[in-house]
Amino acid sequence: MLYFSKLRVFSVLIFTLIISYFTISNFTKVDDEFFSKNIKLGLDLQGGSYLLLEIDNNPVIVQRLQSKVLELKKFFKDKNIKIRNFSIKDQSIFFDVNIIKKEEVLSLLDDDKSEINTYFQQFKSHEFDIENEDNSFKLTYSDYGLVLLKNSSLDQAIETVRRRVDEVGTNEPNILKRGNDRILVELPGLDDPGRIKSLLGKTANLTFQFVATNQEQSFGTELLQYESGDREAIVSKRIIISGDNLVDAKPTMNNQTNQTVVSFSLDRVGARKFGKATSSGVGKSLAIILDGKIISSPTVQEPIVGGNGQISGDFTFQSATDLALLLRSGALPAPLNIIEERTVGPDLGKDSINAGIMSLIIGFILVVAFMFYKYRFFGLIANLALISNLFLLVGILTLFEATLTLPGIAGIILTVGMAVDANVLIFERIKEELKNENNSIIAFDSGYTKSRTTILDANITTLIAAVILFFMGSGPIKGFSITLGIGILTTLFSVYFIARLITAYYVIKNKHKEKLI
Amino acid sequence: MKTIYFNKFYKSFNILSGILIIASLVFLVFKGLNFGVDFKGGTLIELRTDKSSANITKIRDSFNQMNLGDVSVKNFGNETDFVVKFEKQNSNDPKFIEEIKTKLSNSIGTVDFRRVENVGPKVSAELLRSGVIAIALSLAAMLLYIWIRFEWQFSLGAILALFHDVIITLGVFSVFSLEINLSIVAAVLTIVGYSMNDTVVIFDRVRENLRKYADVKIFELTNISINETLSRTIITSVTTLLALLSIFIFGGEILKGFSLAMILGVIFGTYSSIYIANPVLVSLKVSQRTIVKEEKE
Repeated sequence: MLYFSKLRVFSVLIFTLIISYFTISNFTKVDDEFFSKNIKLGLDLQGGSYLLLEIDNNPVIVQRLQSKVLELKKFFKDKNIKIRNFSIKDQSIFFDVNIIKKEEVLSLLDDDKSEINTYFQQFKSHEFDIENEDNSFKLTYSDYGLVLLKNSSLDQAIETVRRRVDEVGTNEPNILKRGNDRILVELPGLDDPGRIKSLLGKTANLTFQFVATNQEQSFGTELLQYESGDREAIVSKRIIISGDNLVDAKPTMNNQTNQTVVSFSLDRVGARKFGKATSSGVGKSLAIILDGKIISSPTVQEPIVGGNGQISGDFTFQSATDLALLLRSGALPAPLNIIEERTVGPDLGKDSINAGIMSLIIGFILVVAFMFYKYRFFGLIANLALISNLFLLVGILTLFEATLTLPGIAGIILTVGMAVDANVLIFERIKEELKNENNSIIAFDSGYTKSRTTILDANITTLIAAVILFFMGSGPIKGFSITLGIGILTTLFSVYFIARLITAYYVIKNKHKEKLI
Repeated sequence: MKTIYFNKFYKSFNILSGILIIASLVFLVFKGLNFGVDFKGGTLIELRTDKSSANITKIRDSFNQMNLGDVSVKNFGNETDFVVKFEKQNSNDPKFIEEIKTKLSNSIGTVDFRRVENVGPKVSAELLRSGVIAIALSLAAMLLYIWIRFEWQFSLGAILALFHDVIITLGVFSVFSLEINLSIVAAVLTIVGYSMNDTVVIFDRVRENLRKYADVKIFELTNISINETLSRTIITSVTTLLALLSIFIFGGEILKGFSLAMILGVIFGTYSSIYIANPVLVSLKVSQRTIVKEEKE
């Protein structure tokens, strides 16, 4: 165990130096992307906001079922099958057929090549599960149908969220999928997430609909509240244009009224539809509806044919800016709920870094002093191993751009405390061996050999705990598991390559000395 | 070095441990744990007031007037810092936190919200579940590992020692109503790793000595092994405790609970490696034949 080839000495040295370089690169500036890596600080250290959003898919499901009903009606009409009593309840479609046609309907729905109930080869499942009793049918989304629906609405939502966050202009936001109905948004440096939250909390479904001339509710009209909450109006359900038709929106001043308004431009289809509707609807009131609430309902004075228009309302400049932003970034497929929020102010982050570094330095000095007191010269070797261990650990974290969190710093300090264990095990073993062995080289060699399995066992147990934490933990805790886990690997390296190398060198030189350790 | 007869006290310390475990379980069942917002849901606000005249009572009163459910206010580190926790969480309302801040400034003057955590009921339930799964999984993984590496008698001893450490550490948290949050789960997992580590070192030696001494009974043998590894046990515990104490004292308020749990865990872990793991080997009548049989297979 004490023999090292020249090549090995050389590679250990080079490896240590290269990795240590990255530790130092945290404190220097180099004009090269690869060589000027910095450790990434977690939100708890640099300050910022963490938001977990969950999509409420229920409205999407109902919406999809409604369009499925239309599809089914057309499909069966083409096949000359009469279907009665369509209804949607509990996220399922119900309908009845003539009992004679039952088998035919069943086979149309249940066939692997069904045109109306898609069969997913990869899942071995249909989009809808079918239940049949006598002449009644019930269609419910299958597990896989639901997964596909959720995934597509998540994909849409994440795009919209990204656009909205980008428009606000926070630096380096991190937007990630979590499962199939959640989005994680990390906003470094943001200590007041209020505005982002209000932007993400809106679906931003914009529609233009006429206010019904006949002020009585009937089929084809709906009763809607005004945004201000003090009145309501009955509007026609027919949508003239929606937010999808918008190509741009920005806040402007209306020179005549001196009010802040949102001006918008429509795409070609939207402009044509809008022109046609306003030409025939001069004198009518046009309701501008956002997320089911009427913002305003101006009277159409003249046909608007250019594809440009303005939305007036009780806007401040800020709220007009936000509305324009929402319209530009498009509507969310479904409402988002914020189910978890964690915000750390920048000065607390700074305090945490300082406290973390302070305790690292003090912990390090205490351990180093104790080791020197216990083992003198060999304590120095262990301490040298400890220092290179720290450099390796921070270097690897930097190289892989791992995120350092406050618990992560605690993990580094803990590594300092536990890393000496391996060297202690070896030194204690060598002491025992020296009692019965006069040749110090043999005693040192067998000290290393006999302690090896114990050291491996002891470190693997901690590594197991770190790996489980990595997969089960979240955010800051994950940072702890990373430093703890990598710390074990660098500990083994520094003990078996660096400390052993120095020990071997020293022992071979001083083999005739009386009391070595 | 002088031999210390640890084995003389196996019985008395086992009784003590038994009492501690039962007491801990009683507390865990009847008093329960003080779950933080991570696991219970709700809102946590760490705030700094302008002047030290703002006291706990004043802050509690102004929060109580806001209708936020159960409110708890604690001093946090120094005179001007406080942590406020309450049941209500309404992260969907973007003005929720802002309004609290305005109302608070009206009654106690300028405040700075240094940290806000808002955890919904669904997330907190999931976090709790994944915390419990993580701890269970790590215990199972340790069991599996030590089962592969050692004979079953040893596994049983090590696992009993682990349960001992985890239960008593949680018991202490229950007795003093210390908060259980995500970082405590991390601490418990690390304790599991550390306690295992400590036990494995002694067990390795026990197994080695079983091969070395053909005619020493396990009762004696455990004591020899404990003594042979004692200086290592002490040195490692001391360096680990030094590092942890440094976190506890200088690492800031956020890491207090975490480092306290770890300190308790290291102390109990060291104790249980000697007084739980080894007596189990004695009472399971481990002998030279136990490992010979294993090696034949």
